[in-house]
Amino acid sequence: MPYDPGPDVVEVVRAPKGGPVRGTYRAFGETLRGMKTVMGRWVEGTHTYQYPEEKTPVYPRFRGRHKLHRFEDTGLEKCVGCSLCAAACPADCIRVVAAENTPDNRVSAGERYAAVYEINMSRCIFCGYCEVACPFDAITMGHDYELSDYNRSDLIFTKEMLLAEPLERTPLRSLGE
Amino acid sequence: MTVLAEVGYYEPWWIQLLKALAIFAVVFQLVPVVLLAERKLLGRFQHRYGPNRVGPYGALQPMADIGKLLFKEQFRPNNSIGWMFALAPAISMFTAVATLAIVPFSNTVDIFGTQVGLYGVDPSIGILYAFAFGGIAFYGLVLGGWASGGKYAFLGSMRAAAQLISYEIAQGLAAVGVVMMAGSLSLTEIVGYQEDHLWMIVPQFVGFVIFLVAGFAETNRPPFDLPEADAELVQGYSTEYGGGRFAAYYAAEYLNIIVVSALTTTLFLGGWDIPFVDPPTWVDPIVVLVKALALVFFFIWVRATLPRLRYDQLMALGWKVFLPVATLNALVTASLVVAT
Repeated sequence: MPYDPGPDVVEVVRAPKGGPVRGTYRAFGETLRGMKTVMGRWVEGTHTYQYPEEKTPVYPRFRGRHKLHRFEDTGLEKCVGCSLCAAACPADCIRVVAAENTPDNRVSAGERYAAVYEINMSRCIFCGYCEVACPFDAITMGHDYELSDYNRSDLIFTKEMLLAEPLERTPLRSLGE
Repeated sequence: MTVLAEVGYYEPWWIQLLKALAIFAVVFQLVPVVLLAERKLLGRFQHRYGPNRVGPYGALQPMADIGKLLFKEQFRPNNSIGWMFALAPAISMFTAVATLAIVPFSNTVDIFGTQVGLYGVDPSIGILYAFAFGGIAFYGLVLGGWASGGKYAFLGSMRAAAQLISYEIAQGLAAVGVVMMAGSLSLTEIVGYQEDHLWMIVPQFVGFVIFLVAGFAETNRPPFDLPEADAELVQGYSTEYGGGRFAAYYAAEYLNIIVVSALTTTLFLGGWDIPFVDPPTWVDPIVVLVKALALVFFFIWVRATLPRLRYDQLMALGWKVFLPVATLNALVTASLVVAT
């Protein structure tokens, strides 16, 4: 008695029947169909960004180059040199050296301020943990992603560079884009 | 002395020289244009722009490429055969330019009281001249691959040789139908026949398809670019070439595309003929060039569409499909020509 596989039979979709005439006809038909598809791609138009002139827009929560912030009213730095960001950094790319504020040299709002604040961008993995760790929202991730440079030493961003108004080089994605 | 081919020179030598220079200059200008058009069109077919940085709309890209190639080092592998390595691209270039000579742009015209045929030569063997130089053109590929002394180049050249013998026969037999209907090998007379009757593409449609597909194979264009086959053979016969010699191969390939398009135009699309319209003579070369460039567009379109055939598929197509069909086409045409 032959083996009965029961109801679990998968119907095999067979390849088209062979034969030189049918095969040739099929080959030419499919060729024409393919050529129509390709021409359709031309009609559809291009999907490219002309990059250096036209930047790829980013989402609002995009994690790009860091920014250090000041209080808008007093102009004092928000960073108090607590080094929590440096402790949170998994790539260990942040270096903070704190110093005491004095009445005649008041840099930040707290007791201390960051005398040295450096981020090594060639090490940074843009995870955003520094932003999360900061108790004063002094450091946030910006939208710049054009960070390449010719020297590794130029990629160590100092406090002045991070505090400076960033060049808004990156467009923001509009809603629903 | 036996005259093997009646060339029929009746023009003074300086006119022959001038028209040779003019035809070469005009058609050779088309090579960078076709090169750029291919890259732009391939871009459009793939949702991108193609070159658009050098010059307005990227128009100077071919010039930049040529400049780059000419200033590159003329590298030659240690185990290559020097003179053959240098000769092979020259053969490719030479045959491409030589085949151009028989493309007729118009019939004999009257320029300032002088009878001038607007073609390089009009030999009595006509289309056979093109096949002869098409055969020699493969020496450029085969010798280049052989002389390079590398296995990829060698494999590429062997494929070129195999491709030649599988497609030249079918192409020749496809052209036989046209020759029998027109009753002449001369290309100007074939066009003359098409002016009086239908374009050959209508009665000889099968021959047209075979001739065109064999033309793809002859110019090593995708889907028949097995001698180059970048994916499996690096760059095939031109693997070891660089700089000016590679530029020669490259230019020869594009010139071959233009020449094959012009020949197909002449044989099947009525040459300089526009049906139901009788334009002045100076329009004729433009008509030929426009038809040829339309075919060049078709070449690029096919390149963007079809993947490369496998080696055995190529052989099967050439020997099992095109050769019998072309033979049948020639036989049927012969019977009909005799019967009517």
